Amino acid sequence: MVQAQPPMSEPLLTLNAMHTHIGQFHILQGVDMVVPRGGVSALLGRNGAGKTTTLRTIMGLWPASQGSIRFDGKEIGKLTTPAIAQSGIAYVPESMAIFSALTVKENLYLAAREGEMDSVRLEWIFGFFPALKKFWNYPAGNLSGGQKQMVAIARAIVEPRKLLLIDEPTKGLAPAIVHNLIAAFRELKTTDTTILLVEQNFSFVSALADHVAVMDDGRIVHAGAMRDLAEDQKLQQRLLGLSLDSHQ
Amino acid sequence: MHPSATTATPVTATAPDALPQVPHDIAPLLLVPLLALLMLPLVGSLPIWITLTVAGLAMGMMIFIMASGLTLIFGLMGVLNFGHGAFVSVGAFTATLVFLPLRGWLEVDSLLLNLGVLGLAILLAMLVTGILGWAFERVIIQPVYGQHLKQILITTGGMIVAEQLINVIWGAEQIPLPLPASFRGAFLLGDAAIEKYRLIAVIVGLTVFAVMFLVLNRTKIGLLIRAGVENREMVEALGYRIRRLFVLVFAAGSALAGLGGVMWGLYKETLTAAMGGETMVMIFIVIIIGGLGSVGGCFIGSLLMALVVNYAGFLAPKLALVSNILLMITVLLWRPAGLYPVAQH
Repeated sequence: MVQAQPPMSEPLLTLNAMHTHIGQFHILQGVDMVVPRGGVSALLGRNGAGKTTTLRTIMGLWPASQGSIRFDGKEIGKLTTPAIAQSGIAYVPESMAIFSALTVKENLYLAAREGEMDSVRLEWIFGFFPALKKFWNYPAGNLSGGQKQMVAIARAIVEPRKLLLIDEPTKGLAPAIVHNLIAAFRELKTTDTTILLVEQNFSFVSALADHVAVMDDGRIVHAGAMRDLAEDQKLQQRLLGLSLDSHQ
Repeated sequence: MHPSATTATPVTATAPDALPQVPHDIAPLLLVPLLALLMLPLVGSLPIWITLTVAGLAMGMMIFIMASGLTLIFGLMGVLNFGHGAFVSVGAFTATLVFLPLRGWLEVDSLLLNLGVLGLAILLAMLVTGILGWAFERVIIQPVYGQHLKQILITTGGMIVAEQLINVIWGAEQIPLPLPASFRGAFLLGDAAIEKYRLIAVIVGLTVFAVMFLVLNRTKIGLLIRAGVENREMVEALGYRIRRLFVLVFAAGSALAGLGGVMWGLYKETLTAAMGGETMVMIFIVIIIGGLGSVGGCFIGSLLMALVVNYAGFLAPKLALVSNILLMITVLLWRPAGLYPVAQH
């Protein structure tokens, strides 16, 4: 079901000349990026390009040393991580960071800041992650890698959020689970939620994303429609070092 | 269907079908009864064994009360608080503000009256140490978050200052703290003598453990603490201000140390400004044995250490001096991160 979307001309997130230092290392060197409202935007790039740092800087986990981060019309660059989360951004880190000593239910309960979890929304989540219902009262640390990823994503969407930042959700997952994730993200695309996805799996991204930005050496080196990049193998080769075989 | 399209209702139990068994790690839970049973033939006398075991359990409960707050402080906040012992001393000395003026009531052989005075002393001690803990976190700890070396230096300094302040306020002499009349003496269980105060210590320790267990497992703030011990950053990314949780846990941990100080002071029947500092080695050992950040592990570690010290003191008194260190080495050889590790720093 498609929800009414605000005009795509109003970006949900705008990064402007964003720099991030970690210790003595200058990781992000002036990131300019726009994430339109609605749909899936992908952030690609080789290892070490600065994709994870970009997500962490948006979340305030590493402070931006320069530049601005505007989200939903407000500057969030100087806010604390909890304030950024409360403004409507959910984060699924690469490590998943589920609370392994807590049950699946407790993991999701903590993410529901409004109080009680919405049973209708939970059933909707169970619809594409049925394993979560089965393991509802099970310690999350005892789940498989794919199930942990389901918990991490479910935690991010247990309440409606304007923007999901998801870091490499397919890493280490079996192909069957990746297919489940594609279905789940397609379902999420039908809601008001915007997704910014960092991925190495080009097939996964090209199946989902509407927009793409490519990073290299802490900067955005390409931005445009995903369809254009997916159809242009020379551009893929130049930006990502991908050969045709790598995403067959 | 879009989830927001229909009316939200609170979630009730969602019964899973064909749920696999949750693997429970029960091996550490068996250590305490196994140790006790193993010592029975070595001690050779059932009455002596009962006396030693109850004494060990009582001592373990008191150590647990003092250590439980510190394990949460370290687990959640990553703070190496070498000044935790100061709250033990302050708690014990604060209790004298109740015990000394009400000395007459303590001499009356009335369990109700004596428990009332003890309860009042505990309340005051926990209140004072809780407030001091809150101030300590704000003034001393906040500037050194994430800097372990500075934490060790500044908290050790804080403990020295606290001890000297106690000397200034209460004097440098030892303060005798006799047990209330109805807590003195022992019950006879056959030929075994079980001191009344040790039973009270066991009851208080079990109560503290039960309350902590309930708070940590049945309340949202408890879940946040458990989640924060595992991954502070993710708790913040979920939108919770973990610094507020830090202050709360630090104050609660300090108040528990104050409670432990009251119980320990009555157990020793003498107060000195250094008594808190002297317990720090034991406290650190049980926290390491239990696994950083684990209240359950701290509970088992406390009982294990106290039982080992008591049995060793009877069977091989010279070994008693190093028994707690040997216990720690043995546990860490078996489980290098402690019995139930949860903290990831």
